[in-house]
Amino acid sequence: MDTFQTTVARLKHFWAEWGCVVTEPYDVEVGAGTMAPETFLRVLGPRPWNVAYVQPSRRPADGRYGENPNRLYKHQQLQVILKPAPQDVLDLYLHSLAAIGIDLRKHDIKFEEDNWESPTLGAWGIGWQVMLDGLEITQFTYFQQCGGIDLDLVPAELTYGLERIVAFLQDKESIYDIEWARGVSYRDVRFADELQNSVYNFEFADVVALWQLLALHEKECQRLLEGYPAYEPKSRFPMLAAYDHVLKCSHLFNLLDSRGAISVTERVGLIARVRKLAIGVAQTWIEQQHPAPAEAAQEVA
Amino acid sequence: MGLPFLLEIGSEEIPDWMIEPALADLRRLFAEMLADNRLGGQVTRVDATPRRLVLRAEGLALEQHPRIEATIGPPVSAGPKAAEGFAKRMGVGVTDLEVRDTPPRYYLARAVAPRRTSEVLAGSLPNVITGIYFPKTMYWTGKGGPRFIRPIRWIVALLGDAVVPLELAGVVSGNTTRGHRVLGAGRIPVTIADYEVQLEQNGVILSAAKRRARIEAALTDGVRRDQALLGTLVYLTEFPTPIRGTFDERYLELPREILTTVMRHHQRYFSVEHAGGSLAPEFVAVMNTNADPQGVVRAGNERVLRARFNDARFFWEVDQRKPLADRVPELAAVTFQARLGSYLEKTNRMAALAMELAQRTGAMASLAERAAHLAKADLTTEMVKEFTELQGIVGGLYARVQGEHDEVWRAIYEHYKPLSMEDSIPSTPTARIVSLADKLDTLRGCFEIGMVPTGSRDPFALRRAAQGVVRILVEGKLRLSLKELCAADARLEAFLLDRIRHYFRDVRGFAYDEVNAVLASGCDDLVDVEARLEAIRAVRPTPDFEPLAASFKRITNILRQAQFAGGGAIDASLLEAGPERELYQGFERLREIVYRHREARDYRAALEAIASLRPKIDTFFDKVLVNAPDARVRQNRLAFLGSLLTEFSAIADFSEIVVAQNNTASP
Repeated sequence: MDTFQTTVARLKHFWAEWGCVVTEPYDVEVGAGTMAPETFLRVLGPRPWNVAYVQPSRRPADGRYGENPNRLYKHQQLQVILKPAPQDVLDLYLHSLAAIGIDLRKHDIKFEEDNWESPTLGAWGIGWQVMLDGLEITQFTYFQQCGGIDLDLVPAELTYGLERIVAFLQDKESIYDIEWARGVSYRDVRFADELQNSVYNFEFADVVALWQLLALHEKECQRLLEGYPAYEPKSRFPMLAAYDHVLKCSHLFNLLDSRGAISVTERVGLIARVRKLAIGVAQTWIEQQHPAPAEAAQEVA
Repeated sequence: MGLPFLLEIGSEEIPDWMIEPALADLRRLFAEMLADNRLGGQVTRVDATPRRLVLRAEGLALEQHPRIEATIGPPVSAGPKAAEGFAKRMGVGVTDLEVRDTPPRYYLARAVAPRRTSEVLAGSLPNVITGIYFPKTMYWTGKGGPRFIRPIRWIVALLGDAVVPLELAGVVSGNTTRGHRVLGAGRIPVTIADYEVQLEQNGVILSAAKRRARIEAALTDGVRRDQALLGTLVYLTEFPTPIRGTFDERYLELPREILTTVMRHHQRYFSVEHAGGSLAPEFVAVMNTNADPQGVVRAGNERVLRARFNDARFFWEVDQRKPLADRVPELAAVTFQARLGSYLEKTNRMAALAMELAQRTGAMASLAERAAHLAKADLTTEMVKEFTELQGIVGGLYARVQGEHDEVWRAIYEHYKPLSMEDSIPSTPTARIVSLADKLDTLRGCFEIGMVPTGSRDPFALRRAAQGVVRILVEGKLRLSLKELCAADARLEAFLLDRIRHYFRDVRGFAYDEVNAVLASGCDDLVDVEARLEAIRAVRPTPDFEPLAASFKRITNILRQAQFAGGGAIDASLLEAGPERELYQGFERLREIVYRHREARDYRAALEAIASLRPKIDTFFDKVLVNAPDARVRQNRLAFLGSLLTEFSAIADFSEIVVAQNNTASP
């Protein structure tokens, strides 16, 4: 039986062999692999892009102090983006399952409608949750819009829930009992993270400080967005840094939310504020990466 | 003799609930296309699995039926030069033209060269396919590309033995289909004759009825026959095979509502009952494959269910640490609607309204207020965050274990009812009051901020809320003033009136004219409306009723034509002896009787009493001229008729009753 790390390695290897760029996790807190710039920004514009990476995803409200066998504050997704989606993308996906030892002839697989939407990112897509013997193991989405922009090429996003898949493969009732490496359990590696972050998120996080941090990141992002139009040459402008501040805002929002610190009126407004930043970065990024022909000519001149 | 035709649109998995409407649309669009193009033939079958929409037709012609096309030329009066010019433009001689119409014009009638059916189909099918309506579509070949419910991956289009060549979204049609993702081959050449057999050999049961039968075969021995779930599974599988699994009996300690919701909504399992009706620790899952010889799939599903039940038990235990009453303040952080504030604000409004309604209907105000106060608190529980469809039910279950009064927990449990037209209304007086308070608060608030449903857009399900209000008032026999419930919002009143009409006509089956007649005489008290409707329905078949209604209509018309404004005392001395005076005496006598019946809400007796006046009214119209030459007599007569009409229209406005012509009173 494969360990957690071996299964993850096999999946990464599968997509690397197929032709994906394989990167390491993004190093700013995100709630899902979709938010990493390797997905959020790279799906924009007309350039093909195939990438796979494991993304630890933090969802403060989902923390359960390490007590719940199926819920985690921070779970790990294998995120795969195939842009544009190849015609045989679903077959490829099924092959990837075979690559981690799932013999589909012995199992039951279904694709059930499940569309995805992120109001904060101005993004949505059409797709399925993939059910294996009644267990949701993957979210499959054909992106349609990102940052409020219709996508030129439609990417397929495959998000494998790694803990679930491995618990299934190892026949474990609790994620914490997964064998991460030989003789080392998921509990050994991650229990302290779960416990301490739950305690922090639900009990310790300083609401005033979090609000201040959020305002600071928002302001820094706005400052960058405002500075872009006058700056030359465009290609040097630190749009990726601006996006990191959007991610910080999003994570701080989630922290405040799990603390129960966001009131009704604030909540709607706050989502709109983060969305505005995300859309601003997305639009500017497209312009920066794919300047209109006239501007491109000027740059050459 | 014609050609058979087969179209298979091969797609990635289509959402189950969209498939049947899509098939109906495909059938209609294809039949219209055949007719528009004069190809003959008819659609014989439409079928579907999640991965394919299939249409079969027969009797298509080899080519289009001939058609003569007439081109209009100049009028004859324009002279021979114009005719020559027209003929030249059309590439014919003047002798080929004909003259028709008045004033006469030149025409050129020519047979249109028929196109081959295959060619017409090749041109039309892409539009037929992309014309199928789906509630939410996507593009996949790139921005601006064709839209469909999911990517189209192959197309089989066969006319007789030949492929109809077409291309859509980069997919070129052919004669190869694909089998089941696991059980079948990837490329299977087919003919129209062997298509279905080939599919079956490749793990695809094309017929929904056959798939349904395979599932139904397992729905025995206490398995709950959930028709909606069955329908879902039929279109979620290409080769359905049911399996039976079990779970640990210890989970039966959890409320049945929670267990069945997990099985039904989250796992799509059928639940199983013991002979006595209690839940058995078993379930039936439906696989999309042919067998589970090693029990791997069963074990997997049992494991998933165990995890789900463990979650539920965890939520249950965690939620108990904080009673509902302590959760109410937390509702300040749960948005009801951006402009209508939080659920805490809604809770406070609901509690006040519930108390008021309870006082007016004689329910226990303190219980109604308590229930309304706690009703939304379950929105902060882990259980409801996980199983949103159990809101209300979870709150009720928690209130019960937390020792709330029976009336209170039941009211919380049932306050979302009725969830649909088929669902029953809440079962206790307190529950009805709380449910009303909840729905009315939503309706009032949304109307106040202009969130009024338009067309199919009704995000807050206001129609359902309004329908619930109507049903609770009528079926719960709650005598509450509709006007007051609407808080003087005329648009809300009109909206409810619309639901009232719908309810009495379409749900209760009253004739539309009866509903109009009764509502025209007042609709503030729905219990009363129902009683009046039932009286009309009972009296309508009696011989005097419809003629009487016709007479009332006549009176209404007379008064309208005379522009009678109403009022004016009746001067009995001005009444003519004979039919008029007799009618008056009859009226005077009946008035008292009708009034007493009405007070006693015995509308049927009241209507029968009114109907007994019919012979006198008939004679009156036979013998008496309303438009008397003497103005004083005429005015008195109108005042008399006016008062007769007003007096007897309190139950229903009879002029709204539609009467067959031959039933009308003789003029």
